[in-house]
Amino acid sequence: MSDLFTLSVLMGIIVSGIRLATPYLFAAIGETFAQTSGVLNLGVEGIMLMGAFSGFYIASTTGSLWLGLLTAAVVGILMGLLMALVSVTLQAEQGISGIGLSLFGLGLSSLLFEKTIVSVVAISGFQPIRIPILGNIPYIGDALFDHSILVYAAFLLVPLSIYVLNHTPIGLKIRAVGQNPQAADSLGISVAKIRYLTVSFGGMMAGIAGASLSLALIDLFQENMTNGMGYIAVALVYFGGWNPLGVLGGSLLFSFVNAFQLWLQVKGVQIPSNIALMMPYVLTIVALAFAANRARQPTALDKPFERGES
Amino acid sequence: MDRPANHRVLNRFFEKPGFKRLANQTIEALLPLASVPLALIIGAFMLLALNVNPLTAYGALINGVFGSTFGLTQTLVDATPLLLVGLGVVIAFRGGVLNIGGEGQITVGALAASAAALTLNQWPAYALIPTCLIAGALAGAVWGGIPGFLKARLGVNEILSTIMMNSIAQQFSLYLLTGPMLDPSEKAAGTSIAQSALLPKASWLPTLVPQTLLNAGTILAVVLAIFVYVFMWRTTIGYRIRAVGLNPDASRYAGINVRLYQMLALTLGGLFAGIAGAVQVMGVQRRMMDGLSGGYGFTGIVVALFGQLHPLGAIPASILFGGLLVGSDQMQRTTQVPSAIVDVLLGMIVLFVVSSVIWSRYRARRRQTHV
Amino acid sequence: MKPVVFRVSLLAVIATMLLAACAPAAAPATPTAAASASVFKIAVVFPSAHNDAAFSQSMYEALLTVQKDMGGPSKVEIAYSENLFNVPDAAAAIRDYASKGYNLVIAHGSQYGTSLEQIAPDFPKTAFAWGTSLDTFQEAGINNVFAYQADAEQGGYVQGVMAAMLSKSGVIGITGPVEAGDAKLYVDGFKQGVLATKPNDKVNITYTGSFSDVSLMAAAATTQIQNGADVLTGSSQSVVGAIGVCKDKNVLWFGQQWDQASLAPSIVVSSQVYDWVPTLEDMIALVQKGVLGGKGYTLTFANKGLVIQYNPSYTVPADVKSAADAATQGIIDGKITVQP
Repeated sequence: MSDLFTLSVLMGIIVSGIRLATPYLFAAIGETFAQTSGVLNLGVEGIMLMGAFSGFYIASTTGSLWLGLLTAAVVGILMGLLMALVSVTLQAEQGISGIGLSLFGLGLSSLLFEKTIVSVVAISGFQPIRIPILGNIPYIGDALFDHSILVYAAFLLVPLSIYVLNHTPIGLKIRAVGQNPQAADSLGISVAKIRYLTVSFGGMMAGIAGASLSLALIDLFQENMTNGMGYIAVALVYFGGWNPLGVLGGSLLFSFVNAFQLWLQVKGVQIPSNIALMMPYVLTIVALAFAANRARQPTALDKPFERGES
Repeated sequence: MDRPANHRVLNRFFEKPGFKRLANQTIEALLPLASVPLALIIGAFMLLALNVNPLTAYGALINGVFGSTFGLTQTLVDATPLLLVGLGVVIAFRGGVLNIGGEGQITVGALAASAAALTLNQWPAYALIPTCLIAGALAGAVWGGIPGFLKARLGVNEILSTIMMNSIAQQFSLYLLTGPMLDPSEKAAGTSIAQSALLPKASWLPTLVPQTLLNAGTILAVVLAIFVYVFMWRTTIGYRIRAVGLNPDASRYAGINVRLYQMLALTLGGLFAGIAGAVQVMGVQRRMMDGLSGGYGFTGIVVALFGQLHPLGAIPASILFGGLLVGSDQMQRTTQVPSAIVDVLLGMIVLFVVSSVIWSRYRARRRQTHV
Repeated sequence: MKPVVFRVSLLAVIATMLLAACAPAAAPATPTAAASASVFKIAVVFPSAHNDAAFSQSMYEALLTVQKDMGGPSKVEIAYSENLFNVPDAAAAIRDYASKGYNLVIAHGSQYGTSLEQIAPDFPKTAFAWGTSLDTFQEAGINNVFAYQADAEQGGYVQGVMAAMLSKSGVIGITGPVEAGDAKLYVDGFKQGVLATKPNDKVNITYTGSFSDVSLMAAAATTQIQNGADVLTGSSQSVVGAIGVCKDKNVLWFGQQWDQASLAPSIVVSSQVYDWVPTLEDMIALVQKGVLGGKGYTLTFANKGLVIQYNPSYTVPADVKSAADAATQGIIDGKITVQP
């Protein structure tokens, strides 16, 4: 137990935590845009699986990881458009359409996998890139500056999306559409257009999140390999209070606790593994319960909008 | 809160309809039904791409349900947990909260019912069966009540907490099934499969048709559906839950404790999912094992929606989805297509259903709230 | 808008109904006696995917081998249903295959036992098999059920011996899914093998609480390596995540349930492979003679059901190989007993 609290363990938790957090970050930041504009997309899980499969399939057949990543992004956009069609144009109940989309993505990715790749094979994915100078700092260099390009991209997404959401005209429109669609509509903002945009952006990010698993972190595809990560990503958006910084905090908290409980097990601390495995879920709830000053939910979240009413 | 107006939407099954309204209602009720064949038509093209004759495949699907006593009873067996979870979702949804914690609530309900049955194994059936069902219901209520409490008191969003509670229940169940509740004979044989001992016979729900899995749990579920209808539409508490869901601001203005009733809606949602778990162990599996929730927690949400968020509507909806589950498995076996196509078909059906049902429901609601 | 949608939908309903009605009555369910057909029909029900790179795939590939050995699809017909972790659905599948006249119906998951005990008496002319277990229900008066299991701890022990000799750091990691069943047997055996060889080595075990969480399995492997482990092993389909990490970090890996060398040829030393072929062939021969059950099979080194499959791309040092052979022989001779 005593050797649990050492610098190398701490650095180990940071390395694993950052890797674990990457897919959550991509998916949850994308979902933040969708939810800020008023659309709850619970289909992230299915989109991630489709992104993971399509990215892996193209990368392994063409040999180009970048082409694979691009495919995952495009497939993510297509899945996002499907979600937007159902939830924006057809005004379907959003939570339930998401469950349908997840089931659809799970089935289709497994079906295509069985018909094309057939059995689990590995590829050589995106390799870690050590950042010059920073990467040579003792401990910190290994922990923070020796990751694959997709890991850096996930973290760079955070300041970028804060800027877009808070300091650009499009960000203002997204928030307006989520807070008061009627008012936004009367100001000449197309509610439907903005929501199509954010939901397909969210889809693209979920597709990339899936590809980050199959092309950078795990380097293979297996049926149902996301194993519920998409749902956790949606939960992290609520945790973050629709603020990318909060989403980052939630993703890191969840992932660090998960990495920590693995260390508890490795070091032979006497608690049943299943109890240790509950920790990230319990602590995420507890942390949110005790965080003061809850952010205000986008007023129109989960509510379809129809022009010309009221 | 404009009660008479809302009364009309919510009670449209039970009021005297005018001709035009009847036509509208018929369309609204049939739209979701049409989504099943629409999904199947798209599925037909996928089957063709897999070199399978769609006619053979869908023939097998229908044959799987109607072709044998076993298929028919199995449809009802699968419909039972879907209906029970669906009832919980109806209550929660009417109260304006989305309960996606069904999987976890089924799991803890099943754990509690099994624990009660294994502990009180000397009790006679007439005492043990109700005790186990109540244990399952209470455990589910607690599992749904925690997100309810967190929402009411601490403002924790129920979607976040119910997702997390599903994972916690899964690990909690594995902990019990590999440790304290592990079948002693598994331990003795050294195989250590994560399952409990066989429940005592006194706790088994009576079988309705010999040599099938159809059990008294199905009757219980139908009775509970009627109970939920009466509760939601004929009692003050039920009325308040619906009021909170339809218009929280107006309800607050009218002096209703919105948070309390949302918490109640989530708790009751968990209670019914907990009963579903108890029925699964006592009537079908007869022992607790890993993976018992079997996806019913999610499909139950779809069933609730398909039944127009009405407890009585959930009865035919659960039978339809039970039939789809049973029939599509038969289709897989007959044509040997990958079983993943079943998920694809179900996913498409959900998407079509949701696009049609709520479309008409919102239209109806808008007609009310904005007049 | 709405009436149009309605009419189109109605048409679709009618069209589908018509099509379904015209469809040839699907799969005439004619229960045939086991010996009457010249084609031997085998059906198998899997709890996970048939291509899971683990438990289910080992059985699926054995079935394909048997099919080839016996003369191809014209002699042996194989049907399978997968991902049936929901037991009532699996029970329906088992019952359905039996009623369709399959000669041998295999329930490839220990969770299916209770259901099988209820189904088997209804189909006295069908042979059933299930695993992993040794209970053929003969005590309950049932005579048409075979049972099979694998002594996974035996191969775990032998690979543990090799791991201890190959480890330079003296720290060995095991990444398991859930502390139960086949995985637990293997893990326990592996640990005994390491400690019997190097009593002072450290064996650290992590569980992910899931059979399919690839991402957490990868994190578990990373943690083990950071903690100093230079040889790893693990069980379940999700270990593919751990193997990837080992490949990147150039850490040795021992496979389990299925030959995992193809996933990382540079670092997989060997895999314990379940060879179900002799078991299946024996069962089929018995069924063809009219014996439909009552026999339990255990895969062991002695009956060649367990095989240590070496990776041809990795050269095992001679002394390690001979120690492994000695351990294998010791288990066969009964000189070494591995506690399950």
